[in-house]
Amino acid sequence: MKKSIDIDDMVQRLLAGDRRAAARLITLVEDGMEKSHEVMKRVYPHTGQAMILGITGSGGVGKSTLTDQLIHKLRKQGKTVGVVVVDPSSPFSGGAFLGDRIRLQSHSQDDGVYVRSMASRGYLGGLSRSTYDVIRIIEAMGMEVIIVETLGAGQDEVDVIHIAHTCLLVLTPGMGDDIQAMKAGIMEIADIIVLNKADLQGANTSLRHLQSTLSVASLKGKEWIPPIIQTVSVASKAENIQGIDELTAAIARHHEYLQKTKVIDQIKFERVEQELGLIFKDELQKLIFKGLKGTGKKKKYINSIIEARADPYSVVEEVLNTYLVPRQ
Amino acid sequence: MVKRTEQRIKVLVTKVGLDGHDRGIKVVASMLKEAGMEVLYLGMYQTPESIVRAAIDEDVDVIGLSYLSGEHLIFTPKIVEEMKKNGLEDILLIAGGTFPAEDIPTMEKMGIDKVFRAGTLTDEFVQYIVGNLKR
Ligand SMILES: Nc1nc2c(ncn2[C@@H]2O[C@H](COP(=O)(O)OP(=O)(O)OP(=O)(O)O)[C@@H](O)[C@H]2O)c(=O)[nH]1
Ligand SMILES: [Mg+2]
Repeated sequence: MKKSIDIDDMVQRLLAGDRRAAARLITLVEDGMEKSHEVMKRVYPHTGQAMILGITGSGGVGKSTLTDQLIHKLRKQGKTVGVVVVDPSSPFSGGAFLGDRIRLQSHSQDDGVYVRSMASRGYLGGLSRSTYDVIRIIEAMGMEVIIVETLGAGQDEVDVIHIAHTCLLVLTPGMGDDIQAMKAGIMEIADIIVLNKADLQGANTSLRHLQSTLSVASLKGKEWIPPIIQTVSVASKAENIQGIDELTAAIARHHEYLQKTKVIDQIKFERVEQELGLIFKDELQKLIFKGLKGTGKKKKYINSIIEARADPYSVVEEVLNTYLVPRQ
Repeated sequence: MVKRTEQRIKVLVTKVGLDGHDRGIKVVASMLKEAGMEVLYLGMYQTPESIVRAAIDEDVDVIGLSYLSGEHLIFTPKIVEEMKKNGLEDILLIAGGTFPAEDIPTMEKMGIDKVFRAGTLTDEFVQYIVGNLKR
């Protein structure tokens, strides 16, 4: 049994591309171990260069099978690929069913592909805070493109849209109502809209519907209008797979757009801003609770709120003003 | 042993054999989930190599094999060898399913940590897993 993990050694191995070291470090970060800060301090300088692709959409629309197809294409282009798939944890038991990897097993003997399935562990938006760190670890391992699959997007603070350079929103025929409901949201989330399962009935109607929805939205002087790509990501015969080349081309075009307009710099800025905000939030809360507990004030504050002598907002204000605001 | 502040048990489950039914193993998977575990479900048609690669990438604590079509004596040595080759001795290896009772000692000698026969109560194997993790 291992007594302790030698972080320096593990990070060295990670940087050399060792998948076991990567896997171990990811668990450390997922479990919120004390040591994870030390890990991330060492990992962070070796990150930031990968292209991050978000794939989001409702359950069963074909995110994982599209990911599988994209991996094939990217590998043919010689790019290494990391994949993070986040599935919801049960709010009752904390357990999770991670069933996406099955669809990616055709890459299981390819050393240029690393796939990690994660449970959201209580975060509703589909990602947990540690996802950001997990992505950084996979970057440090040397993966050039990182695909992040999540259910839904844009509903939460911790969200794939804050870190993905290019975000694919996957829809299927017959989702008219969903599209109606998301109308405004679509433009926020999607850089590229994928109408998957184009082999199913109603694909053309859905396409027209989407096109008209988007043409209204796109009037508002957007620089990038999300293209709609029709795909078939599963078929009994390989030649019936459709739209993957078009999709890869659209991703490349979006990538170029990001570089040319320097929008990429803004995305990178926001990613770090997001990370910093989340770390501050967690660490400040820990720090404050620890401090209050030490002086016995935590109990006093909570009881005063229960007994209606105070309210949480005033308490927070008081505490912040006392301990955090520098006095003149 | 590394102390985790929020330790989760991650279990890989997969079915070995060609009979094409995965209902049983899905039931097991959902029971493990209800017991609070993170269940990496690999379904059917995996090779020892693809199972071991998944176990490495996903850093699982446990591998659970479901045998229903009489391949337990052929497949077991192969997966055990592939695990050894990759230094996965710290992963708990368990198996379940239908096979003759007299094969159980053989399977355990081949390297399976614990064999459960069909009909084992969930509590029993959840408790076994929780109590016997190797890391
Ligand atoms: N007819 C048809 N079926 C498809 C297509 N793409 C995927 N499917 C099927 O849709 C189902 C779901 O596919 P997945 O790739 O697992 O979908 P997902 O969005 O990753 O699903 P979750 O991760 O569970 O949300 C599978 O049974 C696929 O075979 C397609 O282009 N056409
Ligand atoms: Mg999926």
